[in-house]
Amino acid sequence: MIKKTTEKKSGNGWEPRIVAFLCNWCSYAGADLAGVSRIQYPPNVRVIRVPCSGRINPLFIIKALQSGADGVLVSGCHPGDCHYISGNLYARRKFALIKNLLEYVGIEPERVHFSWVSAAEGVRFAEILEKVIDSVRALGPASRMIKQLEEVA
Amino acid sequence: MKQVEDALRKEVAKLFEEKEVDIFVGHEAASLPLKTSACFVRSSEEVDRLVWNRSCAANLAAYLPQLFKRPPGLKGAWTPPKVGVVVKGCDSRSIVGLIKEKQIPRDRLFVIGIGCEGMIDRHKVARALGTAGLAEAKIDETAVQAIGTDGTEKQIDIAEALAASCQECQHRHAVLADLALNEASASPAEVSRYANVAEFEDKSPDERFEHLVTELSRCIRCYACREACPNCYCEECFAEETTPKWLGVTTDLPDVVFFHLGRAFHQAGRCVDCGACVAACPQGIDLRLLNQKINKDVEELFGAEASLSLEEAGVLCSFRMEDDQSFMTEP
Repeated sequence: MIKKTTEKKSGNGWEPRIVAFLCNWCSYAGADLAGVSRIQYPPNVRVIRVPCSGRINPLFIIKALQSGADGVLVSGCHPGDCHYISGNLYARRKFALIKNLLEYVGIEPERVHFSWVSAAEGVRFAEILEKVIDSVRALGPASRMIKQLEEVA
Repeated sequence: MKQVEDALRKEVAKLFEEKEVDIFVGHEAASLPLKTSACFVRSSEEVDRLVWNRSCAANLAAYLPQLFKRPPGLKGAWTPPKVGVVVKGCDSRSIVGLIKEKQIPRDRLFVIGIGCEGMIDRHKVARALGTAGLAEAKIDETAVQAIGTDGTEKQIDIAEALAASCQECQHRHAVLADLALNEASASPAEVSRYANVAEFEDKSPDERFEHLVTELSRCIRCYACREACPNCYCEECFAEETTPKWLGVTTDLPDVVFFHLGRAFHQAGRCVDCGACVAACPQGIDLRLLNQKINKDVEELFGAEASLSLEEAGVLCSFRMEDDQSFMTEP
């Protein structure tokens, strides 16, 4: 569980925390490539590896926001490159709907990002991540979905 | 209405006599004004319990999946019952959805479709009266004569008292029926659909969140919306799942918002806008605000409307290479 943001409100020391759901076959390998190629990107990201972007349940995204993430990045293989042939194409439809729905209820659209990153795109991964972190930093800490009651086991 | 009710009773009695059905699901009078409850008729002697009026807002498709469940603990062969059901246009779409999702077998089902002219929203009537509850209500051809619990009396035009989803209804006739009663009734509504969504979208993000919070802060997490919905047949709902535990069982706002976002999302490409959730909500929460947003997006992004035919694949069970991806983040 991510530590609650309420404990560290904005101010000078605040750094955004981004949860990144990366697919095993492209984006996770892309992030790995960025690492082994020694490409610098900000350390604000917590990576969760998933088998495919089609594995992403939109509830993951809401849950991340509720558990204290300031932003969420979901990334998978480019259309046509999915290891499971079409997982990312089914996922794309869900992403479009959940992105619109979150924006609709008043959650800043810049908090939730979706992208395609292949295993060869280490530079692109670093660039996307920087963009995501900058846009979340501009918004400040997330508050709208954060629980006020303490979680009990 | 009365003729339709009589015709319905006659047809159902015939179904039992011809042994076409073992059980028939319809509406019967309930103790509260402007409410009916589901009724399960098992013989031709009972058909007089069936009613058809403007309070039949419940979506009877919601009762079907459990009728086709094999009784637990039963050994040996089991044949599912033959079930008859009376439906409005929206209910018939729910049935199409349930057949497609393999929750009910088409060949054990007898559907009587009724051309529907819209159902009364009792919350709307109570709001128009300005009282907490309704004591009595009479419906005639043009108006609802309502008396509040404090004695206030008011006459409300039928067109105004109709549920919002009925005012915007485009599919008044059953899309799937073995028998259609009063075929030549109402035509599709000529109003702009998704007006409530468009109006909400025009607000600023802060106003939208504020509005949602005010609306959902009334939610008591009773799950009546879920129980009333034919699409919510899951054995274990995400709201009650413990591994993983998605959300707390509290009325803390983030939990409530989580539940309603999850519920709305699970309707993606499946919601037929029958308004059963709105009718079931004891708190009168405007659940269509979320449902219709999803419906609007599904229509605009994927050009689909839920459950109009048995052949069309579900919106989230299909894709096109050229689906919109303008929302993706590029470096």
